[in-house]
Amino acid sequence: MNIVVCVKQTPDTAATITVQDGKVSWGDAPLVLNPWDEFAVEQALRTKEAHGGKVTALSLGPEAAREALKQALAMGCDEAILVSDPALEGGDSLVVSKALAAAINKIGGIDLAFFGRQAVDSDTGVTGPQVARRLGWPALSLVAAVAALDPNGKSITVERMIDEGRQVVKSPLPAVISVVKEINEPRYPSFMGIRKASKAEIPVWSAAAVGLESVPSAVLAWPEIVAPPKVETKCELIQGETPEQIGSKLADRLLEEKVI
Amino acid sequence: MSNKVFVYVDHFNGVGSVSSWETLGAARKVAEALGGGVTAVVFGQQVEGVAKAAFEHGADEVLLGDAPALKDYRPEPYAGLLAKLAKEGSAEVVLMPTSGRTRELAAMVAVDLETGVTPDVVSFEVKSGKVVATRPIYGGKLLTKEICPKALPHIITLRSRAFPMPEPTAGRSGTLTKVEGAPQGLTEVVEYKASEAGVSLTDAAVIVSGGRGTSNNPKLTPPADLKDEKQIEIWKAQQGFALIRGLASILKAAVGASRAAVDAGYVPYANQVGQTGKVVSPDLYIACGISGAIQHLAGMRTSKTIVAINKDAEAPIFKLARFGVVGDLYDVVPAFTQALKQRLGK
Repeated sequence: MNIVVCVKQTPDTAATITVQDGKVSWGDAPLVLNPWDEFAVEQALRTKEAHGGKVTALSLGPEAAREALKQALAMGCDEAILVSDPALEGGDSLVVSKALAAAINKIGGIDLAFFGRQAVDSDTGVTGPQVARRLGWPALSLVAAVAALDPNGKSITVERMIDEGRQVVKSPLPAVISVVKEINEPRYPSFMGIRKASKAEIPVWSAAAVGLESVPSAVLAWPEIVAPPKVETKCELIQGETPEQIGSKLADRLLEEKVI
Repeated sequence: MSNKVFVYVDHFNGVGSVSSWETLGAARKVAEALGGGVTAVVFGQQVEGVAKAAFEHGADEVLLGDAPALKDYRPEPYAGLLAKLAKEGSAEVVLMPTSGRTRELAAMVAVDLETGVTPDVVSFEVKSGKVVATRPIYGGKLLTKEICPKALPHIITLRSRAFPMPEPTAGRSGTLTKVEGAPQGLTEVVEYKASEAGVSLTDAAVIVSGGRGTSNNPKLTPPADLKDEKQIEIWKAQQGFALIRGLASILKAAVGASRAAVDAGYVPYANQVGQTGKVVSPDLYIACGISGAIQHLAGMRTSKTIVAINKDAEAPIFKLARFGVVGDLYDVVPAFTQALKQRLGK
């Protein structure tokens, strides 16, 4: 199996995020491998361990995004590639999906491309399906379990998470899979893995190198980024001598305020 | 003249989702600003009932793709046909409710039409003929406005419960047009498995959630055959969640959980509320034994009324709560459930 896993570098979810004059800042909080992508890396590694092959971690971002790729390598990916080009900065999902699809085509011979369900910074969740569409491969989004994988017959059966439960889908390969947290428990990087990752050479591909002669400009614009309005909530504490008194008082207050 | 505003109606087994009707209501506002009416798009097999409901909730025209090949939602035929219809109809805005299906569908239609997609929008205005959509980013820690000035149509999905449900008009009707030409599907739907979560979290008007506190009852004596500490902890949490389910059932509520409770193995991930779980905004959110980590607050802070029940008076959840009880959920939840039973006549 020739596998690629697409990852993004994001601020840690515990970071305090602020914005000033449209510029977003996470202070000195660490940049990490997007938490959702850890599940994608883990699933790529498990697939390789079960069926043989190779896992390449692929990221699009600034030079600093190398650190996210190193994390993927430390978990066990065989190779990593960074697509980085000033012309791609500030791109919207159309630009990102175009560049990633082009990079996957350049790697060539891929059977499965894994994504996390979304990035915890932009929260769009559209990159996986958009890359699938550009490649012309089936999109298998929000996958919670792989029920069967037949590398020789080039087919995979997955359980997609839908609001009503799960949809079991059989698909030919190659395919694009975005995974949800339920699919596995990501491993921690091993000591050997961290050592290997620290020495790894990570090639950088420019937009031209992946075959984009001209980088399309973003069709979306973000005129304003603001902090959500502060909700001033006065908490009314419900007190009483016994749990029964408290329970009754709480029920009465909710009924009085027409909450229920 | 064709309408500028299209709405994709999301349904499961021929039942349109509540958020689809909320989206139709929002679409009418966009149509008022842009001129023209609202075209709804319905795909499936034997889904004329969904088309009828779309008219009753505000559609002026329905494009109905009703064919065996469209029986199940599959991204490739659905995206191909929707992109074709939007293009032929010169749609300027395509609205969808946000669901697991539509985030993917919207993304793929945007590629076909080389246009912008803005998912999970919580509010919008129409300025100079363009929708200025507001969506949360960084797990709701910030809000961004997003416009699509350089391409058409702007594909937008609306967050469930962020827009009012329009009052349906029984018998309201419009132009029904059957459409064909869905491209071949690449995948095959084998079967469906029912949800473990019960009432859908994202649609629920009331949610009762449990956290780590559910396993924290020193008064409970676990069965003698449980020796392992982790097994005992999970057994205790199950007793706590039984109380939460009892309260939820009185209120016809969905059951949620914090990430800590899911990670500890108390309940399945399908129940998780938070930045890495489901983002919800019910009318009433009752947090039991949840301290209120930033990642949990990101998933429920837009709830209309929050009630917090927690032993620790300093827990951050009380900062968001309208009503708070500093106490043990094992004492308070059963008493509260009993009080509601009496008052609601159950």
